[in-house]
Amino acid sequence: MNRRDFFAVLGGGVLVMLVDDDILAQETGGGRGGQRQEPQNLNAWLHIGETGIVTVYSGKVEVGQNARTSLTQAVAEELHAPVASIQMILGDTDLTPYDMGTVGSMTTPRMWPVIRRAAATARETLVDLASQKWMVDRSTIQVADGKVTSGNRAAGFGELTHGETLTRAIPMNVALAPAAEWKIAGTSLAKVNGRDIVSGAHKYTYDRNAPGMLYAKVLYPPSFGATLQSLDSSAAEAIPGVKVVRDGDFVGVTAPDSFTAEKAIAALNADWKPLAAEASSKDVYAYFKKNARDAADTAGLTAYTVAYIAHVPLEPRSALAEWKDDRLTVWTGSQRPFGVRSELAQHFNLPEEKVRVIVPDTGSGYGGKHSGDPAVEAARLAKTTGKPVKRNWTREEEMTWAYFRPGGLIEVGGKLNPDGTLAEWEMHNYNSGPSALQTPYDVPRKKEQMHQSKSPLRQGSYRGLAGTANHFVRESFMDELAHSAGIDPLEFRLKNARNDRLRAVIQAAADKFGWKDRKKAPGRGFGISGGFEKGSYVSNCVEVSVVNGAVKVVRVVEAFECGAVVNPEHLRNQVEGAVAMGLGGALFEHIDFAENQILTNRLSRYRVPRFADMPLIETVLIDRKDLPSAGAGETPIMGLAPAIGNAIFDATGQRIRSLPMVPGKLPATNSSPSAA
Amino acid sequence: MLGTLHPALVDLSHNILMAKVTELNVNGSRRTIDADPDRTLLSVLRDDLDLTGAKYGCGEGQCAACTVLIEGTPTKSCITRVGAAAGKRIVTIEGLAASGKLHPVQEAFLEADAMQCGWCTPGMILGAVGLLQHTPHPSEADIVSSMNGHICRCGTYSRVVHAIQLAASKGGRA
Repeated sequence: MNRRDFFAVLGGGVLVMLVDDDILAQETGGGRGGQRQEPQNLNAWLHIGETGIVTVYSGKVEVGQNARTSLTQAVAEELHAPVASIQMILGDTDLTPYDMGTVGSMTTPRMWPVIRRAAATARETLVDLASQKWMVDRSTIQVADGKVTSGNRAAGFGELTHGETLTRAIPMNVALAPAAEWKIAGTSLAKVNGRDIVSGAHKYTYDRNAPGMLYAKVLYPPSFGATLQSLDSSAAEAIPGVKVVRDGDFVGVTAPDSFTAEKAIAALNADWKPLAAEASSKDVYAYFKKNARDAADTAGLTAYTVAYIAHVPLEPRSALAEWKDDRLTVWTGSQRPFGVRSELAQHFNLPEEKVRVIVPDTGSGYGGKHSGDPAVEAARLAKTTGKPVKRNWTREEEMTWAYFRPGGLIEVGGKLNPDGTLAEWEMHNYNSGPSALQTPYDVPRKKEQMHQSKSPLRQGSYRGLAGTANHFVRESFMDELAHSAGIDPLEFRLKNARNDRLRAVIQAAADKFGWKDRKKAPGRGFGISGGFEKGSYVSNCVEVSVVNGAVKVVRVVEAFECGAVVNPEHLRNQVEGAVAMGLGGALFEHIDFAENQILTNRLSRYRVPRFADMPLIETVLIDRKDLPSAGAGETPIMGLAPAIGNAIFDATGQRIRSLPMVPGKLPATNSSPSAA
Repeated sequence: MLGTLHPALVDLSHNILMAKVTELNVNGSRRTIDADPDRTLLSVLRDDLDLTGAKYGCGEGQCAACTVLIEGTPTKSCITRVGAAAGKRIVTIEGLAASGKLHPVQEAFLEADAMQCGWCTPGMILGAVGLLQHTPHPSEADIVSSMNGHICRCGTYSRVVHAIQLAASKGGRA
């Protein structure tokens, strides 16, 4: 269905949309032809049907961060409609406007206001309708709880729009409710589809099927870069129902059930030529420096390292592909439905209009689900077999063939004035990324540089990108400087932080934690950190116990400020979850690799945080109703590792300069890594 | 039952042992299937019976997203042969609120907002139901040790503990 058809089947009612050239071109039948120019504006469409059902279309997706709920709150707040009357259509490239992806904590700061404006415009349109219909002044009209009233007249939204089709563009200046007056936004609305989750009714991509569907497996090399020399597929092809598809180095099998598909892939006899490995997890940090395009003279700086880690979304990547009349439809769990559409269109040399990507609410992403690998695999096999094809990655495939949070070598240095203020600051990040590389503290002379390098592993975005790595290094080294100057770490931060919002979170965390009254005891340590990224501010205070080299995080306080809070309970949930995930990266998560193979490619070999690892988590939310709302999916993870490291130092006197932090073991690169 | 086999019967016995599983007792009803007994219970539930509330997370019993109840005991269906589950009472998340009314543990998970993406949630709920069956008033330590095999990658652990305590306080065994 193209968008014109889509608007036609919406039927009567009020449709509100952001108008830009792209949509106009399509609506007037003017094709984009070969142009591949995507609209850059954030768009959302809102429709009020004749039954009063409000449907909102956004290209964002739900991956557990509760965007579906927060966007529903935006609509309810401005349209004055009951939550139950609102449905969100998310992440469907045929139905929703273009969106670059659910990335960078941008849903709240960017999409949320657009949807509020759309809803407010719809509300004003309803007032116009009532005013005309009842011949009353607009000022006499109220809109509340899905009804429009004036004096003793009342009508439901659907009654007012009945029989009429109205299209309105969203004016930029439509009035929005100030946060201090919010009635639904700013409250802890429960997850709107929570019942489907607890009852097992929600169908994730992994759970979906189609009539006549085949299950697929793809033959992967035993090591990265290996090339297929020969293939004997006779045993696999002898299994009833099995089809083997070979296209160059791509080899896939399909079967009527997953068990048979697994048997078939195991029955393939392939001969591979391995590729010589350039680095392993043991020597990769020197490799980063050696292969940096613009290595700096960093003599005298202190080296930190950050391991590659895996996202481990609990729902592995998955896709269901179906071809009908040269049109391709793919269901897949991706954070970038339109990006996956482009990937598919390019692979099959199709115009993008011939490809539809649908993203059901997905079993998490954490920045790890940007690419469309299983979508392409499923679509290739569906095309060859002429049947719908399902491609579910296994955990091992997920932990080998997806991409990783980049490893990095980070070198840092700084000098203090006699009064303990920062005089100089220098930080160089090799390979891991530039996010949050800029210090939020006041420094008169600073140099902060990202050095691109070669990565022996496929790498990509992670929750907060390099924000976890750069915060780990900066906040650990700030602790080193504080100790070298004999200044309390809290006092040192406040001395060097001029930004009021940063100072406020640091102070709030310290107050809640009782930093000033902390009591030293053998094997106990306390650490603090602060930070800023993506429009929000974070500070952690942590207590650890270290017994025989085993670290237990006992207590974590996190203060967090992201402007006006949209949903306090869901924000707390995000903060707690970030603390849990951050704990894994801080203390045990790491990808071991050698000879182009991932050695930690399953959950029995890759430890993630569990119930028994959890500290007491206390969250302090600073609700700045005077500030626009920023996203909160990423920044809450950033301050945890350094606060834990600083607490380990406090407990043991050992400064651990590598993630994950394993006390008793010297970091891989403790001095100048160029000599390694 | 077969006793000592004549060598000529060994092949036959293998065939008998390898006989397909033709019926499962799931959520109180008998479901007809035609499955190789070596298949995992998880794949049969998901692929053959469309009971997709049981999730695949690791395939090696490490994450417990695939948890179902077998004779009331939380069991990881990804490492359970369907042959071993035949004839036993299996309850999946879809069977927990069969009448349409949520189980108290499901209600408690909603009340505590004990989920984010929800992929681990059905397994967590069935693990909790199993725990409360034999320990109606678990301590926090009981909950942690009993649930430690379950992974929530979104990190909602403290909320799950709270949900189980809530369910217990309301007599969550129902």
